[in-house]
Amino acid sequence: MTTTLAIMKKELVVYFKSPMAYIVAGVFLALTGVFFIDSVDTMFAVAEIRGLLLRSVFFLLPLIPPLLTMRLLAEEQKLGTLELLLTAPVRDYEVVFGKFIASFIILSGTVLLTLFYVLILSIYSNPDLGPIFSGYVGFLLCGGATLSIGLLASSLSGNQLVAAAVGFGVILLFNVIDQITTIVGGAVAKVLEAVSLTGHFDSFARGVIDTGDVVYYLVVMAFFLFLTIRSLESRRWR
Amino acid sequence: MTTESMIEVDGLTKYYGDFPAVSGLTFSVRKGEILGFLGPNGAGKSTTMRVLTGYMPPSSGTARIAGYDIVGDSLKARQHIGYLPENVPLYTEMTIREYLSFMGKIRGMSNERIVSRTNDVIQICHLEDYRDTLIGKLSKGFRQRTGIAQAVLHEPDVLIMDEPTIGIDPIQIVETRQLIKDLGGEHTLIISTHILPEVSMICERVVIIHEGEIVAEDTPKNLGDRLEGTERLTMEVRGPIKEVTKAIRNVKGVQDVSFANGESGSGLYNIIGKREGDMRVDLAKAVVDNGWGLLRMEAVTLSLEEIFLRLTTAEGS
Ligand SMILES: Nc1ncnc2c1ncn2[C@@H]1O[C@H](COP(=O)(O)OP(=O)(O)OP(=O)(O)O)[C@@H](O)[C@H]1O
Ligand SMILES: [Mg+2]
Repeated sequence: MTTTLAIMKKELVVYFKSPMAYIVAGVFLALTGVFFIDSVDTMFAVAEIRGLLLRSVFFLLPLIPPLLTMRLLAEEQKLGTLELLLTAPVRDYEVVFGKFIASFIILSGTVLLTLFYVLILSIYSNPDLGPIFSGYVGFLLCGGATLSIGLLASSLSGNQLVAAAVGFGVILLFNVIDQITTIVGGAVAKVLEAVSLTGHFDSFARGVIDTGDVVYYLVVMAFFLFLTIRSLESRRWR
Repeated sequence: MTTESMIEVDGLTKYYGDFPAVSGLTFSVRKGEILGFLGPNGAGKSTTMRVLTGYMPPSSGTARIAGYDIVGDSLKARQHIGYLPENVPLYTEMTIREYLSFMGKIRGMSNERIVSRTNDVIQICHLEDYRDTLIGKLSKGFRQRTGIAQAVLHEPDVLIMDEPTIGIDPIQIVETRQLIKDLGGEHTLIISTHILPEVSMICERVVIIHEGEIVAEDTPKNLGDRLEGTERLTMEVRGPIKEVTKAIRNVKGVQDVSFANGESGSGLYNIIGKREGDMRVDLAKAVVDNGWGLLRMEAVTLSLEEIFLRLTTAEGS
């Protein structure tokens, strides 16, 4: 536990020392700002940020999480510091959890900055806070899932760019995979829909916190974190 | 193996794919001893150290650190190890103090102990002026010291250092060697190197490995003596080369003679023979009895370097 916290704290410090945290926050706010203004007409009518969150999930989650996670394990491999880290009395999962939590904190912090838009909304209108709350819960769950994919990508090589590209590709694929359901149809379509990252977000945006959707995101997160731990172990057995 | 041995390695083998980087290493290191791990590039030194520190598991064989099996009790074994990997990997975006504090935390040290030990190791490694400097801005030598500082931070029983003096200037090398020597006694050390004088300077015992196997294991002095069992002489003789060579070869104990031109018509003869008996007396007698001029006779001592070369170059006559 203390080890996980120490690793988490170290990564948080590095985020703020490097420009990455600020770049990510900047890009995120700029784009969500555009989404907000774009939907502002309809929004004041219905007073919701559903459009903003839906578009953020679709456009920003493939982009931002891989940027946050690309360094986490790739750089340790490139610098060789992984050798010192893993020969300390540290368990592999403590390393993975510490790094994951750090990236999750940065992503959450960035996402919560968009509460500013909710504030604007509630000044000029009277938004329904239920769907906004569930929307944020869903966004953070979906964000955690994408971060775990990005972390796995970062464990696969010592190259940060490769890690970012792989993470981006995989998350994008998970996002768009339900687009072809009309073509394939049948049972396959059901599976694709069940696997799609965005598919499970809709109900959150509508104000429903469905246990199935929550479990889905938690399972994706656990699955990719598990793979990341195995990936770290595999370099010991190679 | 005594109960006192801190490191026990038994039949350690590590394959990369089908390539055996290390095969069947067996040795042990007593508490407080400094063991030199000597071998040419690619001998398997770093591989052995990576296995001992728990970074990679052995393909077969076992090793114990402070009594804990490196596979079965990996976490406990790792608690007793301080490690300086080859090329000293460090987090460049941290200051020395931040780095040491992080390393202390992941090793489960208490905050007070981290503070006091950080001050200690900064002093021991002469890093006082750089404690708040970013590691990325340090020179190679100071990074090396930072690497050593983190290795000894938690006062481990066992220290494993992979080429600790590589890439630092001669003055710092002397200091670093002294530093390492001072660490012996309290800690048990394994140092890998291919710098031979370093071994005789620092180590009490040497294991020489070549192509993943131990080819010799002894004290630096005994290794020297062992080869002194065969003696090497240089003799300068004035006389007909062919006959002189033949006469020398006939002396009891002589194993090999080679000839080189000396000054003013004399010949230099390099002789290898057995140490025991009166080889030198017999040689002198053979020359004088034939009426040739014996100008000089000298014993050549074998340096560890030559032992090393002899042990590690392929067999053949
Ligand atoms: N990760 C790896 N995968 C495959 N082969 C490897 C790997 N690491 C080392 N080797 C091979 O194993 C052998 C031993 O390498 P090792 O690094 O242990 O040698 P060394 O004694 O430390 O050499 P040096 O003095 O150059 O540091 C070499 O032939 C090397 O090519
Ligand atoms: Mg090496």
